[in-house]
Amino acid sequence: VKPPPFDYVRARSVEDAVRALAGAGGDGKIIAGGQSLVPMMALRVARPSVLVDINRIPGLSGISRSGDGGLRVGALARHAALARQREHPLLAEAASVIGHAAIRSRGTAGGSIAHADPAAELPVVAAALDAVVQVAGPGSRAGSGPGPGPGSVLGPVRDIAAKDLFVGALETALAEDEMITSVTFPFPRRWGFAEFSRRRGDFGLVTVVAAEVDDRIRIAIGGAGGVPYRPAGAEAVLAEAVQAEAVLGGTSTASAPPGGPLSPEVIDQAAASAAAEVPASGDLHGPAEFRRAMTAEFTRRALRRLAGAQVRGAA
Amino acid sequence: MRAEFTVNGEPVSIDAEPRRTLADALREDLGLTGTHLGCEHGVCGACTVLVDGEPVRSCLMFAVQADGCSVTTVEGLAGSDGTLHPLQRAFCAHHGLQCGFCTPGMLMSALYLLNREAEPSRERIRDELSGNICRCTGYTGIIDAVGAAAREIREAGSGHPVSGEAGTAPGP
Repeated sequence: VKPPPFDYVRARSVEDAVRALAGAGGDGKIIAGGQSLVPMMALRVARPSVLVDINRIPGLSGISRSGDGGLRVGALARHAALARQREHPLLAEAASVIGHAAIRSRGTAGGSIAHADPAAELPVVAAALDAVVQVAGPGSRAGSGPGPGPGSVLGPVRDIAAKDLFVGALETALAEDEMITSVTFPFPRRWGFAEFSRRRGDFGLVTVVAAEVDDRIRIAIGGAGGVPYRPAGAEAVLAEAVQAEAVLGGTSTASAPPGGPLSPEVIDQAAASAAAEVPASGDLHGPAEFRRAMTAEFTRRALRRLAGAQVRGAA
Repeated sequence: MRAEFTVNGEPVSIDAEPRRTLADALREDLGLTGTHLGCEHGVCGACTVLVDGEPVRSCLMFAVQADGCSVTTVEGLAGSDGTLHPLQRAFCAHHGLQCGFCTPGMLMSALYLLNREAEPSRERIRDELSGNICRCTGYTGIIDAVGAAAREIREAGSGHPVSGEAGTAPGP
């Protein structure tokens, strides 16, 4: 099916885009890579009256270290570029399994986060790392912020933490006239990524990211529930184990050797907890028990990778 | 709305509604029906073309977005004298197609791979073509064909017969 008619605005700047969104009276939509939006328009489940194309806005596709210890990814950074970069291996691996080559060459980091598909990879990574999303809106029109180039109004009006951004499936805390300009992903000290999908390039039925940031191991689970899920019980199991190890061994976690301090028993316990906590429900892919079983297994794999263990048949 | 871009090196100009996909513009406005449309929502890969050297599902890009870009379609593969590209010859020789519907997308995805990698493994080829669906061949012939074309291009030396956007794509 063909998409329904719309007005097309090619934004030259963030200010331009925000103005066009505000002028659309709540019926405008940003198009970047279009890899989720255009299929929704073709299936007529999305019918924006105005499409604001941000692809030609300069300065939005950069990927660089930010001052506060994370990788700052411009909204227009393509998945292919994220997969190529070497600074943030977790992001690179997650981006490399998004869709297929022709999707990774168009799809963008900002688009994936804004689309907020609970089964998509980048929202799960963002949730695990407590990524911070930089957002521009009408408030930034004065252009007081230090923008990347002359005439730019970049200087986000607000930062939104990933956990506050994702409200529900395909739902975010972004206002109708706001747009994401970049996302800052903290660097994990150790991490593990494990995704279960039936075919290469499919959305994960269960995607698990385990990441150690600020001496805490976090777990985020995608594909179960409307937003990436952080199992508090499983994270508490890990926090306790890491702390006990640090006291017993007299070593700080910063010097923990590969393989430690997570014992197989702790990993199993955390995986079982995550599976019990996750808001799994049955769907056409299988009953809720199936999702819980996959959550346990892929949490185990992600944690083993984080701990540096060899994982047999890891996804 | 007007959009000007090049297709296989030729400048074109079209006037189309913003909702016109690049695939429809190629087929309907420019008469280049080599690009096939299967699902029209980005799943099957049949409509894959190269835009500025990168693979794109032309059903997921609007024609107005291609303004100023350089588009390569399956029609750009063969030489001006009709000589088939090594990929096309290999698809014929190795049963890389049966009904042919997916073939243009397969060829363009494979072209993108061979533009970057001279000697891709079978695993790499499978991975790179995983976004293109074929319902006839069982894929084995397609993977054989891409491997054979890569070999032929390597053995022919640097003289890549049809560049598409190979000239601007990063080397291996």
